[in-house]
Amino acid sequence: MTTAQMIFGRLTWDSFPWHEPIVVATFCAVVLGGAALAAALTYFKLWGYLWKEWFTSVDHKKIGIMYMVLGLIMFLRGFADAIMMRLQQALAFNGSEGYLNAHHYDQVFTAHGVIMIFFVAMPFITGLMNYIVPLQIGARDVSFPFLNNFSFWMTTGGAVLVMASLFLGEFAQTGWLAYPPLSGIDYSPATGVDYYIWALQVAGVGTTLSGINLIATIVKMRAPGMSLMKMPVFTWTSLCANVLIVASFPILTATLVLLSLDRYAGTNFFTNDFGGNPMMYVNLIWIWGHPEVYILILPLFGVFSEVTSTFSGKRLFGYTSMVYATCTIMVLSYLVWLHHFFTMGSGASVNSFFGITTMIISIPTGAKLFNWLFTMYRGRIRFELPMMWTVAFMLTFTIGGMTGVMLAVPPADFVLHNSLFLIAHFHNVIIGGVLFGLFAAINYWWPKAFGFKLNVFWGKVSFWCWQVGFWMAFTPLYIMGLMGVTRRMRVFDDPSLQIWFVIAAIGAAIVAAGIGAMLVQFAVSIWKRDELKVEGDPWDGRTLEWATSSPPPEYNFAFTPVVYDADSWADMKKNGYQRPLTGYQPIHMPSSTGSGVILAALATLCGFALIWYIWWLAGLSFIGMIGYAIFHTFNYKRDFYIPVEDVTRTEEERTRILAAGV
Amino acid sequence: MSHPLSPNWIRLLRWSAPILAAPLAGCNWVVMNPSGDIAVQQRDLILISTALMLLIVIPVMVLIVWFAWRYRAANKAVEKDYDPDWDHSTKLELLIWSAPLLIIICLGALTWVSTHKLDPYRPLDRIDAKTAIDPKVKPLTVQVVALDWKWLFIYPDLGIATVNEMALPTNVPVRFDITASTVMNSFYVPELAGQIYAMPGMKTQLHAVANKPVTGTGFSANYSGAGFTHMRFGYKALDQAGFDAWVAKVKASSAKLDRNMYLSLAKPSEKAPVAYFDASDTKLFDAIVNLCPKPGQRCMGELMHINQMGGAGKESAKETNGLQYDFPNSHVIDQEDRNKGQETAPDAPGADKAPAADQSSHSGADAHAQHR
Repeated sequence: MTTAQMIFGRLTWDSFPWHEPIVVATFCAVVLGGAALAAALTYFKLWGYLWKEWFTSVDHKKIGIMYMVLGLIMFLRGFADAIMMRLQQALAFNGSEGYLNAHHYDQVFTAHGVIMIFFVAMPFITGLMNYIVPLQIGARDVSFPFLNNFSFWMTTGGAVLVMASLFLGEFAQTGWLAYPPLSGIDYSPATGVDYYIWALQVAGVGTTLSGINLIATIVKMRAPGMSLMKMPVFTWTSLCANVLIVASFPILTATLVLLSLDRYAGTNFFTNDFGGNPMMYVNLIWIWGHPEVYILILPLFGVFSEVTSTFSGKRLFGYTSMVYATCTIMVLSYLVWLHHFFTMGSGASVNSFFGITTMIISIPTGAKLFNWLFTMYRGRIRFELPMMWTVAFMLTFTIGGMTGVMLAVPPADFVLHNSLFLIAHFHNVIIGGVLFGLFAAINYWWPKAFGFKLNVFWGKVSFWCWQVGFWMAFTPLYIMGLMGVTRRMRVFDDPSLQIWFVIAAIGAAIVAAGIGAMLVQFAVSIWKRDELKVEGDPWDGRTLEWATSSPPPEYNFAFTPVVYDADSWADMKKNGYQRPLTGYQPIHMPSSTGSGVILAALATLCGFALIWYIWWLAGLSFIGMIGYAIFHTFNYKRDFYIPVEDVTRTEEERTRILAAGV
Repeated sequence: MSHPLSPNWIRLLRWSAPILAAPLAGCNWVVMNPSGDIAVQQRDLILISTALMLLIVIPVMVLIVWFAWRYRAANKAVEKDYDPDWDHSTKLELLIWSAPLLIIICLGALTWVSTHKLDPYRPLDRIDAKTAIDPKVKPLTVQVVALDWKWLFIYPDLGIATVNEMALPTNVPVRFDITASTVMNSFYVPELAGQIYAMPGMKTQLHAVANKPVTGTGFSANYSGAGFTHMRFGYKALDQAGFDAWVAKVKASSAKLDRNMYLSLAKPSEKAPVAYFDASDTKLFDAIVNLCPKPGQRCMGELMHINQMGGAGKESAKETNGLQYDFPNSHVIDQEDRNKGQETAPDAPGADKAPAADQSSHSGADAHAQHR
């Protein structure tokens, strides 16, 4: 071992992808953009503000917003990957190899899947739950505010590792679940799979901890009177999603530990030889992977429930059956994992069992859809943006659900597995369900978080671009699936397919316009925020988060509300609730701390060192992490009181605004 | 044959399939219009299950649009119907749980029956909808090996083997024994039957039958590394005379598929041309499945047997010679082989002597040839 290897591990000058012009150009753009951003932050002296008010904050609202920002940034990256794939597949015909070689293209589709699930969908839903759940249950913060900050930075650390793989070394070329033996050290010797492993491990710690945190919050911190069956539906679905997180993410962690032992320590859990069993990996990863898709969709089911009920001006139809449907889905999601590999030679009885359990999930899901339907029935529906996204979801998701049940019939799956039909199906439910739900949620709760509504015109432009673009991009994939075209192909022999890929690429471009319109919507709304200003309750909301001001004060509620009904704020309004104007007390709050940032930075560094075999750095950062965690336990300045004068001033300010509004 | 749906229904669907597929003329919707009986039955299942679900999906979608429109706030006509506290109806609850339940009961029954009937391990009991056969009739065996990144087909009954081309006689039941040399692939011929994974150290099975002479493509449906996209082979279903002629053509090749030839074939390469071999080594496929094609490698089956009998004593724990199968960088095409040209499977004399592929067809194997 040379000295250079001792210091830098396998990181060498050649690890930088100089020979990939696309990557180099991206790198230049990122460096220039980053430098401009850093310069701007320095010029406007914002570093201190960001550090004190945001990075080290343990306020669940700020952490929620940071999660959403992380999700948005990674969404742009993941979508760039999608555009690259669409372009490659539209070009690579008639002997053309397209513009991406296998080495690059295979990383792109792997990164697209990994990023969209782990670093887009997960931060988005975690951010949403972080922001909304404590407000909905009338709490001041989550149960473990420091842990919350730490979880966020661990998730960010994972995202940083994935992004680093773009410019240093390479990302995995395995598909997003990295099946061995392909992901083993003999078949993927480079850094790609190691980036995959450590990005997911670092982020996975964050996800698991935030799951524990939110369960504890929902179970222990509900306002007086809020029994389980009086919880808002979004809180219910969040609870179920977090139970799934806590029960399934450790499986992912353990599976990846075994894979890393194979790669680093020469064990043989998933190798071909020495008694290794790759099928075991496939089972384990899907025992995590199937609950994962319900982790993503369940909170959004909650969003649709809140939105439908609010904008129909009605109580949610069938609250109880909605709750039971959610819990049923939660349990059943553990009994279906094998449907991801009917084609791997299981016997007919095993395949039928998992096929039928999968179909059974469509019963509670169907019941939910009917509940939303009958919530609209005899309502007064206001078609604001959140409601538009919800109706679009109902129509889109129904189709996606139907194709999903088709895939659950094992013999039908034999012809559709790994086909573009499958790709179209899961984009149909993930975009139509998770993303549409997020857009509904963002439009719905933005005024809650910032005190002004989002611009409607650009919101509608974005909405229609998404509807048209989505169907244009994915209908050709459904069709090509029935033509026997499978996924992850880079080059095509059959020239008659090209037209479908071109249509799909145009669809993706329209979606890109929709994303652009959404960014414009944000910018225009921030610019014209004074015109769009709202008071606490702009939509005539029904749940507790609308009982406080928008944006809420740091402490959420000056007085903990008392709950008598599932639609507690609607109930309070109906019974002529009066805000108490006197008798404020000092409020006990958790203090900000930089420990989360530091610990997560050390964890990320440790992951990076392990990826590049820089053993001294891995050891050092790991010891640093343990040492700093111990040091943090001696930090006794963990809480403070907001003085009663501050509370009084804030609340009186609100009284004044409320009076002026009337 | 017990079937939850009446045969009339199925016949209707089968007849309507080409009509449903009419707008697609010009394109080859092979999954909707295959030529093998198994794939046809799988297609029927897709159609039946879709029809069953549309029974509920269409009304639901109509209701969504209708309610959303009718109860819009601007519609003064229904203002009097507004009932903000209406949130429960036992009758409706029963309906919304039982309607999907009924559909799923039908679909579940269909799933149970069809999954057993179309179990890839189950010997065929029919050639097509009209012709039954005795499942005890010995099918034609084809051993399929997914290599990096090409397909090897061994016909043990006929003593021949091919690379990247597979032919079958029509109306003869076929049993595929499927494995892979290094990583997971999926063996898929859409014309013939649904896919089954090809996995190293494991043997999967698929029973199928070709009913019409046809030329098509087969490929790997599961990503397996850098050369995956070109991992396609020509598929031909031939009538008995045509198949016999094809077998004779393969037999005419002087190249022999022995262990050395296999090992050089197994080296990673892309766009390997069609090659024909004489294959008299009947143990080769078992050796591949048991991870011992190379002389000196110890076979898994043998080791399992030793372990089952109580093991070979403590001292055997250190005896790991011949147990290693995966080797570093085994997914990289040798620079030497690459210099010889990707067109040629490395060190494969069979490739040189292989007859030129039939240029008139559009098989995947031909596409390989056209690339260069």
